[in-house]
Amino acid sequence: MSDSLLFQAIIYLLAAVICVPIAKKLGLSSILGYLFAGIFIGPHVLGLIGQEGQDIMHFAEFGVVMMLFLIGLELDPYKFWRMRRVIVGMGMLQLLGTVTVLFIACSIVLRWEWQVTLVISLALTLSSTAIVMQTLKEKGLTKTSMGRSSFAVLLFQDIAVIPILAILPLLAEGNINNKGINESIISHMPAWLQTPIVFGTIGLVYLGGKYLIIPLLHIVAKTRLQELFTASALLLVMGVSFMMQLVGLSPALGAFIAGMVLANSEFRHELEGDIAPFKGLLLGLFFIGVGASINFSLIMADPAFIIIFSTIFNTIKFFVLLGVGRIYKKSSDQNLLFSFALSQAGEFGFVILGFAVQLNLIPTVLSSQMMAVIAISMVGTPFLLLINEKWIDPFFGVKERQSKKKYDTIEEDQNDVVIAGFGNFGSTIGRLLKANGIPATVLDMDSDRVESLRKMGFKVYYGDALRLELLKAAGCEHAKIFIAAIDNPRVNLKVVEMIKKHYPHLKIFARARNRNDAFELVNIGINDFYRENLYSAVHLGVDALVEMGQRRYTATRQGQRFIKYDEEATFRLAEKRHDKKALLMSTMQEIEIQEQLIREDLYAQLSANDHAWESADLKKEEKEEGF
Amino acid sequence: MPSKILILFAHPLFEKSNANNALVNNIPDSPNITFHDLYQEYPDFDIDVKREQELLVLHDIIIWHHPMYWYSCPPLLKQWIDLVLEHGWAYGREGTALKGKLLLQALTTGGKKENYCATGVDRFTIPQLMEPFCQTAKVCNMHYLPPFVVHGTHSMTEDSYTKYGELYGQALHYLENKEIQLAELSNFKYFNDWIVTKIT
Repeated sequence: MSDSLLFQAIIYLLAAVICVPIAKKLGLSSILGYLFAGIFIGPHVLGLIGQEGQDIMHFAEFGVVMMLFLIGLELDPYKFWRMRRVIVGMGMLQLLGTVTVLFIACSIVLRWEWQVTLVISLALTLSSTAIVMQTLKEKGLTKTSMGRSSFAVLLFQDIAVIPILAILPLLAEGNINNKGINESIISHMPAWLQTPIVFGTIGLVYLGGKYLIIPLLHIVAKTRLQELFTASALLLVMGVSFMMQLVGLSPALGAFIAGMVLANSEFRHELEGDIAPFKGLLLGLFFIGVGASINFSLIMADPAFIIIFSTIFNTIKFFVLLGVGRIYKKSSDQNLLFSFALSQAGEFGFVILGFAVQLNLIPTVLSSQMMAVIAISMVGTPFLLLINEKWIDPFFGVKERQSKKKYDTIEEDQNDVVIAGFGNFGSTIGRLLKANGIPATVLDMDSDRVESLRKMGFKVYYGDALRLELLKAAGCEHAKIFIAAIDNPRVNLKVVEMIKKHYPHLKIFARARNRNDAFELVNIGINDFYRENLYSAVHLGVDALVEMGQRRYTATRQGQRFIKYDEEATFRLAEKRHDKKALLMSTMQEIEIQEQLIREDLYAQLSANDHAWESADLKKEEKEEGF
Repeated sequence: MPSKILILFAHPLFEKSNANNALVNNIPDSPNITFHDLYQEYPDFDIDVKREQELLVLHDIIIWHHPMYWYSCPPLLKQWIDLVLEHGWAYGREGTALKGKLLLQALTTGGKKENYCATGVDRFTIPQLMEPFCQTAKVCNMHYLPPFVVHGTHSMTEDSYTKYGELYGQALHYLENKEIQLAELSNFKYFNDWIVTKIT
């Protein structure tokens, strides 16, 4: 019973569901939550899962591949090119500097084999992208000088993982038991043939992405089947990984390149939204597996070593970072923040250690200890930053003036306005805004239209606005206005409800097809609704009045007053309708409302109420007073 | 050679104004007189500046014809002044498009003539109150004529409407066909008083 797949799944999910929210509540990264979950259910604490954890980790490693695909997706080649000096310069300095110092220090103090020392140095050099980026976002530092440097260094590390994973098997050469790792269909070919095949494959990924995948996604998008798109996204990532494995390259590298190729396509946000949940789950699974494999009894046997080692390695990393910042002439407060923020080891450390254990490169005991070291350093980061903020930073008074800057340069490529639905209605709004120099991010479900609009220079993304991930990817967190202009009123209403729930700060302007839609919007608390037939109908009515002999200004004024009056009536009737708790309008009720409106129209008699510029009262009074 | 006259008429509720209907109905039907009904042309206040300027250039005498509201003009005429009289076109170093044209204001007021003096309820004379318009014309290098005024429209008989209407028509006819001596006009407070001396 306890061996059944279902039971296993329940254990994993339950552990995650309990531990991750607790970690979040404590202000720790979700990675640590998964890690602790793994430790608890692992063989050394509760013993709910045993050795099969290793098999699950095999599967879960695919989460790492997906993570690199997403990193590639987010890496706009143009942005990469603009930052190339900083990325390569600072990244390389940090990586090589830290690895060298750690390697030398460990070689002197500890008597490990040189391969082991190198693996550990490499694993500890990589900082935690997840923790740092999240912290920067929370503190609003992404656009500061230290934020940009951190991003550059992390990006370089992310890319460096690929070659690092590629050279680990080489270190293991000669060691036992590495069959199956480096096996590929071309490994039996002569070396002079292998190299062009490897480069050819990379080229194939690039060309295939551009001329095969994107047109294919267009076809899939046209079917308008959400699950088919998700399937295509998964197929894409898995296919690329498989191809890479065939030629003996890291699947992560393939996924990264594929992601970069697709970064500029209109499907970027949709792919991101589709892959992200899988990545999150698999990575979670991966970290649970890592946690489960940490052997606590081994750690408890020598806690002093772990604590001392953690402290020393953090210190080394901190000073190397400080030196790098010096070279790049950072002001001291920015440099301190930069060095503290990146001083931990990260999730890639687990990946490297896990891989090394599989290759028998490093003893299990040592790897458990090192995983504990990484975990401790990750837990420590928020506290280090707090210490820096409270006690160290105040001594370096050269604060970069951030507050002002922060508002001037909100996310370079994120727009203040998001428009969902770019049909006749939405596109008119988009054009008006664009003509006034206000760019908008547009979400639309029609892939043909998306393509043609992109050619015209609109920032349009293909996707279902009902998906929270897509809304997030479109930048709803930082936008100011959300315009719901989707053709289908059901969908439009649902999107508005989602925005209200998840992004309450957004000002919503909603399209309403008719009075019924308006009622629904009023009921969920939207006061800025625009009935698409009201304004054009009134406009026509005004022209009819003119044709019938009314002065144009008078007719225009009557039209304006009618719109205002009708909007008020809609609010009034919405309330009444709400009282009746009528969810669906019957035809009878519809007629009833029409009748009521017409009765009120007669009562209101707009023209009789309008006494602007009339002088009848004045004349009467003047006569009475005898002027 | 006859003068070309442009009547810029601004009344938000023309259909209910007896006095202005009488005045407008008496505008002579002449190819030299253009009647331009601003509230009819621009009900949404979106004035076509270029078109208005072209019209101005084609005429020698400009008339601002409007009821007096709160000692000023209706808002659309103010909008017209703000938008059409552009710097560099109507005034300023290079703004000479209107130079030498005549500007006449044709006003209707509900209150009686005797109210418009230092001792009356309105405390100022019409020329004093219209000083901003006079000054606007001066800045544009136009000659501001004494205004044509119809007082007391709130308590007016049908006969008076007709009388004023005819006078307006005669004034326009005279402006169209005769040379005006500006020096002569400066002795009169109202255009009405001067035109009476010319047509009898």
